[in-house]
Amino acid sequence: MSPIKKINLHRDNMDKSIKKVIVLGSGALKIGEAGEFDYSGSQALKALREEGVKTVLINPNIATVQTSEGIADKIYFLPVTTYFVKRVIEKEKPDGILLSFGGQTALNCGIDLFKEGILEKNNVRVLGTPIQAIINTEDRDIFVKKLHEINISTIESIAVTTVEDAVLAAEKLNYPIIIRAAYTLGGQGSGFCNNEKELRKLAGKAFSYSKQLLIEKSLKGWKEVEYEVVRDQYNNCITVCNMENFDPLGIHTGESIVVAPSQTLTNTEYHKLRELAIKIIRHIGIVGECNIQYALDPFSEDYRVIEVNARLSRSSALASKATGYPLAFVAAKLALGYGLHELKNSITKTTPAFFEPALDYIVCKIPRWDLNKFSGVSKQIGSSMKSVGEVMSIGRTFEEAIQKGLRMIGQGMHGFVGNRDLEFENIEKELNEPTDMRIFVIADAFEKNYSIEKIHELTKIDPWFLHKLKNIFELKNELSKYNTLEETPGGKILRAKEFGFSDFQLARFILKDVNEHIEEGLLEVREFRKKHNIIPYVKQIDTLAAEFPAKTNYLYLTYCGNSHDIEFQHDNKSVIVLGSGAYRIGSSVEFDWCSVNALNTVNQQGYRSIMINYNPETVSTDYDMCDRLYFDELSFERVMDIIELELPKGVIISMGGQIPNNLAMRLFNQNVNILGTSPLSIDNAENRHKFSMLCDELKIDQPRWKELTSINEIYKFVEDVGFPVLVRPSYVLSGAAMNVVSNRDEMEHFLNLATNVSKQYPVVVSEFIEQAKEIEIDAVARDGELFTYAISEHVEFAGVHSGDATMTFPPQKIYFETVRRIKKISREIARALNISGPFNMQFLAKDNDIKVIECNLRASRSFPFVSKVLKVNLIDIATKIMLNVPVEKPHKSIFDLDYIGVKAPQFSFSRLQKADPILGVDMSSTGEVGCIGENFYEAILKSMLSVGYSIPKKNILLSTGPMRSKVELVNSCRLLAEKGYNLFATKGTAKFLEMNGMNVTMLHWPDEDEKPNTLDYLKNGLIDLVVNIPKDLSSKELSNDYTIRRSSVDFNIPLITNARLASAFLTAVCKLRIDEIAIKSWDEYK
Amino acid sequence: MSQLTPIKLILEDGTEFIGKSFGYNKSISGEVVFNTAMTGYPESLTDPSYKGQILVLTYPLIGNYGVPNNDKENDLHKFYESYALHISGLVISDYTEDYSHWNADKSLGQWLKEFEIPGIFGIDTRALTKILREKGTMLGKIIYKDEDIPLYDPNKVNLVDQVSISEKKIYGNGKYKILLIDCGVKNNIIRNLIKRDATVIQVPWNWDISKEKYDGLFISNGPGDPKQCSVTINNLSDAYKKDIPIYGICLGNQLMALAAGADTYKLKYGHRSHNQPVIQVGTNNAYITSQNHGYAIDNETLPAEWEPLFINLNDDTNEGVKHKSKPYFSSQFHPEASSGPTDTEFLFNHFMDTVKQYKK
Repeated sequence: MSPIKKINLHRDNMDKSIKKVIVLGSGALKIGEAGEFDYSGSQALKALREEGVKTVLINPNIATVQTSEGIADKIYFLPVTTYFVKRVIEKEKPDGILLSFGGQTALNCGIDLFKEGILEKNNVRVLGTPIQAIINTEDRDIFVKKLHEINISTIESIAVTTVEDAVLAAEKLNYPIIIRAAYTLGGQGSGFCNNEKELRKLAGKAFSYSKQLLIEKSLKGWKEVEYEVVRDQYNNCITVCNMENFDPLGIHTGESIVVAPSQTLTNTEYHKLRELAIKIIRHIGIVGECNIQYALDPFSEDYRVIEVNARLSRSSALASKATGYPLAFVAAKLALGYGLHELKNSITKTTPAFFEPALDYIVCKIPRWDLNKFSGVSKQIGSSMKSVGEVMSIGRTFEEAIQKGLRMIGQGMHGFVGNRDLEFENIEKELNEPTDMRIFVIADAFEKNYSIEKIHELTKIDPWFLHKLKNIFELKNELSKYNTLEETPGGKILRAKEFGFSDFQLARFILKDVNEHIEEGLLEVREFRKKHNIIPYVKQIDTLAAEFPAKTNYLYLTYCGNSHDIEFQHDNKSVIVLGSGAYRIGSSVEFDWCSVNALNTVNQQGYRSIMINYNPETVSTDYDMCDRLYFDELSFERVMDIIELELPKGVIISMGGQIPNNLAMRLFNQNVNILGTSPLSIDNAENRHKFSMLCDELKIDQPRWKELTSINEIYKFVEDVGFPVLVRPSYVLSGAAMNVVSNRDEMEHFLNLATNVSKQYPVVVSEFIEQAKEIEIDAVARDGELFTYAISEHVEFAGVHSGDATMTFPPQKIYFETVRRIKKISREIARALNISGPFNMQFLAKDNDIKVIECNLRASRSFPFVSKVLKVNLIDIATKIMLNVPVEKPHKSIFDLDYIGVKAPQFSFSRLQKADPILGVDMSSTGEVGCIGENFYEAILKSMLSVGYSIPKKNILLSTGPMRSKVELVNSCRLLAEKGYNLFATKGTAKFLEMNGMNVTMLHWPDEDEKPNTLDYLKNGLIDLVVNIPKDLSSKELSNDYTIRRSSVDFNIPLITNARLASAFLTAVCKLRIDEIAIKSWDEYK
Repeated sequence: MSQLTPIKLILEDGTEFIGKSFGYNKSISGEVVFNTAMTGYPESLTDPSYKGQILVLTYPLIGNYGVPNNDKENDLHKFYESYALHISGLVISDYTEDYSHWNADKSLGQWLKEFEIPGIFGIDTRALTKILREKGTMLGKIIYKDEDIPLYDPNKVNLVDQVSISEKKIYGNGKYKILLIDCGVKNNIIRNLIKRDATVIQVPWNWDISKEKYDGLFISNGPGDPKQCSVTINNLSDAYKKDIPIYGICLGNQLMALAAGADTYKLKYGHRSHNQPVIQVGTNNAYITSQNHGYAIDNETLPAEWEPLFINLNDDTNEGVKHKSKPYFSSQFHPEASSGPTDTEFLFNHFMDTVKQYKK
């Protein structure tokens, strides 16, 4: 049986005329466009490099892996906008451009470049899917016509360009209808309307995002199913994966729990939709990858196409992780002219990339919301996206996957059951009008004897899912009948583990452990099950359900098995790096960069690297970044399971942010070798009391603080330190967890509204220092000696969370003495805590008076920023130190830099309906950029333009708050006036500016029934920039200011709410013309 | 699922897997094969090609959408691939009794019980599949309680004879007469022919076709070793002497090759899945196909007037042949899908177009 010689295979069909390619990134992480594009861009760049194509990347997101050394040949930290991309094209003269790897941002930018003739003029070819095909999928009207040409059903809809036409269209289609805005990310400007009033309101707002709206018949309750489809230039097509939404149509796929593959579709349904998908991709003419979303009638095979995304997407990243099929990598190769049959399956390495993965597990994607971080925001989930991250869990039963996933979300949940304080008052309403808590409402409904039929009726979630959830609930009830592990039938404990119950849940249900004893309880469960051989098994993700041998290192653990797929080499040559989990506000791609860099160093030093992480939007969960990838929980239980199997040399916990950091002591207590700084030191830094004592010993100043258990104690403390104070409750009822309060009224209001104060739930109150500078140090120490460091400075005064602050590196406006003292303090802390590895400290500086406010013995958000600006990889150094290998001390210091970097936050307030877009002590930004400039103004202008600000054309609305911010801003306002800008201001501000000799038009407050009114100006698009400085530091604010801020966000007008930042930005705008901004790649800054 | 009776699967090499029963409680023996498809258990279970086999599904969650009803259309079951279940036993990882689908009539467990077929769940089907992959397809038995039985090798008997019809039967009323040699045909093949204006004359595997009048000849899929069907092979050799279009699928492909003088061999563990990539020889056209076979044509043994039509991109095995000058061709994969991808349904067009052309 000799196989035939395949004369037609492995022909090198790549287009050799393509020598240099520009890849557009997606910029800062925002809701609807997050880490998945770091993953897809990195894959594309890798694919191009492999072919010897020179790559130029434009992406201001400095914290990403794709903007690291060795991924692209040239990197421009510049805004992904037509103007800047054009300038880069003119400079770099590329042969081709890739538009589909940087999300909607890149796609929109590409369409504009095409329409303005810039691509043609510069002879730049769009590689992969032709631009017209992209336009055909983006313009809803053309799109629908295209699909009707091949008899594909779409949701009945009418495209409109005015509110009046929208009303007419809705009447024709009958309410309820859904509004969709064309050319937006993640369903921005979309929503359901049940009547004309709702329609008018929503349509008015949606038109500020898009010139065209689609009024659609609502199919609420239908199933939502997605396919990831790939096509090559030979017309060969595959569908890599299909996915089914747990939540029915009506809830954005980014807000829904999603399973892959589909679970409730029969073969005919599955293949009918698959066949249509291939028909569609061929008709549209995609070369590369696209995502097709369907609505499927739950009572027939009737379907509608919802939309086609002619680019890599969040779903394609998920599908890549769910199947092991590297969609972005393959799509990039196809763009270069390859056929699918000419490429190899990168997991088996022997079979071709032309195949469809067969899964032998189920994956479950669950969104992570951070709605508690915002005041005023609606918690309901619906047709537009609010989640900030997601997790993917893998199991061999749905029960196992969903319980794993609910723990991975990282908001204190232990699974589907076993969560405290989760009772809902109005279950019917909660089921019918879902919020971010929807799945826990289902658990509570079971508790209250709701039937599956009833829950289905209210939620329209397919009964199959509800039955599975009920299985978990019923098993919990059975387990609760026992009181010891010994009396529980062994089969029940194994069943519980197969259903994804954690040791914690078992301890809670069987041992009835409460919080104080739960740690001992779960260790008891662990011991018991190990004794009875109830252990998880390691399985591979191999794309072919074990049909062919695969040397894959992509792994997960399951209790539904009886043997491991892999062998363990206990040779002390492996190192585990714990990743960062779901992206959330406060922890996102920066920690992925740190993790990936730690893996690189571990590999380079001759160790085998092992990654544990479960975030499908990351590069660290790409199986070719490490020797073994465990796509699994970062819980104590699972990490211990893996450690016991692998017996590594050690574990690195300082790269993935707070999740691994929090495991330090628990792993230490199990004698796990933690590399780098001792967990005992970590505990000394993390524990407020211990750290304070240490500071006292070292005579390091801290803002005064106390942990208090009654309101009286709080007032007594405030008498000492004076208002304002920072209040941090340990138990939060609703709203923000932290707040600054300025007087007794606010204090009472906050304590009543937001928190309990008691012995059980103490409140930490600290002195709040106003008008203080905030300075950070990112450093690495070796055996207690400060090894290398980077000091940066916030533009905003203290009071704005460091994650929301605009950061300058090297610092521009601090005293030499301050730098010296910060170094000294850091040195002392490093020595006292015997730090070996990365650490970050934050300081307040006022008149050379330095106070420590934060100390983390781990990598921080700003490590990638300072590493890339300084061009010294602090993570590489830290990892080498932790591995105890020789490392040379970098000689570069901040004084050697002839340029400066500015890191700016990206906010996603436009997604968060009703949220007050204000900055406070709790973080609310979803991403960041970092740009480099010759001077501060150039750098800040680049970075602000990168996060969506634009240079105002003409009219600026000012409402500058308290006197000191009015003063702060007076000079920049004068510059604006001199530049010929028209200044508009609210009453007080107008008066102040006039007094200072400026011409200003006074606009009335929104609640005044007088013209000219601020609100009219905002609504009618007459304002190009709004500066609104809140009157005090509390988030409870005058409703007028709120209205101005919120309207700015809703009508898509750039808004600045911090006086120092506004002053810096306005000055930069006046000092620099856009054409004076240097188009320089990273390597040109020397 | 109240009565979870102990039940186990024992492989020829002695490996034991203990699971729980969700089907009929009895012991049974057969050839253990695995399928990596993620959908389509009702179709697979009624596919006659699985005769004599204990089927392992690698996708772990099975039973989700229940089993459809037994409605008929054109005298064919609408939702099944034949008149009965043909597998000997079913082995899965996780079973759903509480199915959910608008078209479901009963649970998978109920269905298995009705047809007296044992089903086991709670098995590490991945570990089992790896054994079958490494050591090749092997015999095995499902043992209920202590009712041990001897191993049974279905490849030593003529399985085709067990699944083929015994009398001639006619479907549809189209313009073109297609004579279908039934070696265990799937209903969707008949549906596909009827849809294209054919009258399908279904005859038993060993029917004397020399006396039949037809515009096109079709040889169906079916179970087991093709060499068991010497009668069919001889009949085909005779049919080659006429110039009437011939198309064969799966077993039909192998029988056509044997009739042409080529040889077939048993694959180590066969192809049973929905994701088999094939390429049309001499082109850049690649297709994803549904497959279910344990034997293959040896390309090297094809006589001079025949050539390979399709090749499997995974392992380079034969996926179809064609005559260099006459209207005879075949595919090892299943263009009728059901279950599986429908990419190659155009082969039925090709066949019927050829039939039309030759009829003129």
